[in-house]
Amino acid sequence: MFENLLVQGLSGLASASSLFLVASGLTVIFGVTRIVNFAHGSLYMMGAYLSWTLVTALPRGHLGFWGGVLVAALIVGVIGVLIEVLLLRRIYKAPELFQLLGTFGVVLIVQDVALMIWGPQDLLGPRAPGLRGAVEILGVRFPLYELFLIAVGPVVLGLLWLLFHRTRWGTTVRAATADREMVGALGVNQRMLFTTVFFLGSVLAGLGGALQLPRESVNLQMDLAIIAEAFVVVVIGGLGSLPGAFLAALLLGQLQAFGILIFPKITLVLAFLVMAVVLVVRPHGLLGRPPASAHAAHVVEPPYPPATPLVRYLGFAALALAVLVPPFMGEFALIVFTEIAIMVLFAASLHFIMGPGGMASFGHAAYFGLGAYGAALLAKHFAAPMELGLFAAPLMAGFAGVVFGWFCVRLSGVYAAMLTLAFAQIAWSTAFQWVEVTGGDNGILGVWPSAWAQPKLVYYYLALVLCVGVTLLLRRAIFAPFGYALRAGRDSPLRAEAIGMDGFRIRWVAFIFAAIAAGVAGGLFAYAKGSVFPTYMAIPRSVDALLMVLLGGVQTVSGPIVGALAYTWIHEQLMRSFDLWRLFLGSVIVALVLFFPQGLVGAAQRLTERRK
Amino acid sequence: MLEVEGLHAHYGRAHILQGVTLAARQGEVVALLGRNGAGKSTTMKSIMGMVRPSQGQVRFEGRDLAGREPFEIARAGIGYVPEERRIFTELTVMENLDVGRRPPRPGQQAWTEERVFALFPSLGAMRARPGGRMSGGEQQMLTIGRTLMGNPRLILLDEPSEGLAPVIIERMADAILALKRDGLTVLLSEQNLHFARLVSDRACVLEKGQIRWEGTLEALMADEAVKQQYLVA
Repeated sequence: MFENLLVQGLSGLASASSLFLVASGLTVIFGVTRIVNFAHGSLYMMGAYLSWTLVTALPRGHLGFWGGVLVAALIVGVIGVLIEVLLLRRIYKAPELFQLLGTFGVVLIVQDVALMIWGPQDLLGPRAPGLRGAVEILGVRFPLYELFLIAVGPVVLGLLWLLFHRTRWGTTVRAATADREMVGALGVNQRMLFTTVFFLGSVLAGLGGALQLPRESVNLQMDLAIIAEAFVVVVIGGLGSLPGAFLAALLLGQLQAFGILIFPKITLVLAFLVMAVVLVVRPHGLLGRPPASAHAAHVVEPPYPPATPLVRYLGFAALALAVLVPPFMGEFALIVFTEIAIMVLFAASLHFIMGPGGMASFGHAAYFGLGAYGAALLAKHFAAPMELGLFAAPLMAGFAGVVFGWFCVRLSGVYAAMLTLAFAQIAWSTAFQWVEVTGGDNGILGVWPSAWAQPKLVYYYLALVLCVGVTLLLRRAIFAPFGYALRAGRDSPLRAEAIGMDGFRIRWVAFIFAAIAAGVAGGLFAYAKGSVFPTYMAIPRSVDALLMVLLGGVQTVSGPIVGALAYTWIHEQLMRSFDLWRLFLGSVIVALVLFFPQGLVGAAQRLTERRK
Repeated sequence: MLEVEGLHAHYGRAHILQGVTLAARQGEVVALLGRNGAGKSTTMKSIMGMVRPSQGQVRFEGRDLAGREPFEIARAGIGYVPEERRIFTELTVMENLDVGRRPPRPGQQAWTEERVFALFPSLGAMRARPGGRMSGGEQQMLTIGRTLMGNPRLILLDEPSEGLAPVIIERMADAILALKRDGLTVLLSEQNLHFARLVSDRACVLEKGQIRWEGTLEALMADEAVKQQYLVA
């Protein structure tokens, strides 16, 4: 028994080491540039693929293997520099969500590029020369390579400590982590500093990936799998803190090693649960410090103008089209239209907390998916009719909004985005791992509308009425005193509280509203598709919602509607006509972040303003 | 050495600097006086490039620096000592000084840690102390020392006397006079008229983003009307 625990603990330590390599790069990059780099997992994956190519091409032996690993890490460093120079350098001043989104665009691009170069099959690398065997620890055989990995973590931590405390470059990086504007005023070229930091972080990610080669197969899912864990590690440790990342990696490694023994069903949930608890008890992580926000430029958003006559006419015209045209459409077009109506509501619900609420959410799919599951679970286990299911959907999502929102609205900026992501991942992994109830990866099938709503046209009108109705309710709330209070709290929280507004409660209520609205959308989506799957709550779905909102423009009221229309249409076209739709979508995201930071409606408003 | 001409700056829609024109000659200490919100700090930040001037020129040793980035302006030879001091609290005194280090011009006597400690002896006794565990006066000395390590030929001192005890203020004045004797040019923003008088050759009085009065400190002290109109709170 004891031997097994020991071995389990040791493999936990080995996983912790590779996790730390990735997380250390992420945290160092964040500390200086304040960018949460979603593409860090992609760099890790590239490290693994490149080292596979190099190690299998180079002659066997120590030089071939270790040389291949190191060269792969360095190439990843160069790729990181390219990403920094071409993309990130232009968006350092953009809001956090734009940066997250921009780097997510890189994730998509890298996925398709890797698919083109290395193909879809898993690749197996050779084992490390000299470390092929196993040692006996208390009678249990333990792989030598794992022992080597256990040593790598502390060694890298030590080297990084020396780099940051014993070199002038390191001192400057630490100074810039605290106050980068001041470092600039002292004559330090921030661009060079950021680029070198990005190189270091990317090399660490690449090394982390390359060192996985003898341990597991190289595949296209590595990027998102590691980035979710690395986010958790970095956030638990405190963004920007290296020792914090090390500590958190150890914690998470052990948690997963032993979690498998005790709760095999909820290992994925466990990590995110720990993160949520840590963030509530210590909002800046175990060893993190509050960011030096005093020097951050604070942008006060202009008030929302009421809809101009033109916007009203356009809105009425669109609605009239949506009502009058469908009877003359084919079945496929009806399905697309239904989906668009649902996405408009989904986008509007996210916009409600992001725009007027000013809260960053990277996990809004949780409420959409919980709505869908709320309806589907009732249908599966209690054979409930659609009417009841559509009532249960917002209830379930709203309940999650009450619980998750209570945690999320306490934090702001990146930490809030990370926490919403964590809760979405908890919801996702519950649906994924709790097979008995949710059907796991196979989902729940046979969630069909009641007989009267079976015709596609009837169901479309049902969806249209509910989606337009709830969207208009949300819009009404934005222009009601509640919406004013929400925006007041967003623009100057202290002043709003000083005149007696309970900012926490207002944001919480807004979060619950948004969750309920997303739940309605999710419920409708479940009956439209006839099935639900865990992917309804996965990261890409949250990103869909974000894209719709940002495509339309966060700080406009009509933005999410236009964004949902445009995005669903583009997405539909892409999926149908391109095999490499990720590459294309990723490029669209990057272009959006670079050239239309105000979104489509924002850009249109600017144009009309200029004309005046 | 420094000529600022018609400098305008905005924060969002607020028009803070509305055409500031001032000059400092080599080796001079010029005091920039004015009430809270008159635009003193914004003038300094605009010269430094930390606030992007919307219009106007900042000429330093014949080069126009307006619109350049802060690091380029620092490398051109202008040092900036911010009002909030902005010490790197996690870094030690020695490390703070190290971040400021820049190569000197040919022929310029380079600043070293030891030279900073000779100017501010109390810093020399706390070389390994983190910046966050120092008193306000010590932090003020450190922030000046950190800027001097960059071997500037002009420094912008934003309210160095703010929040300091009278004894420390006097020591600060001595240090500034010592720097002046070394040939350093200083643009000093101040609300403390007494302190400005101890160290400055000339004064420029700022009000609502424009220079309203210029002259020697003696003339300013004698002119009750100007003092009443622009300086007394």
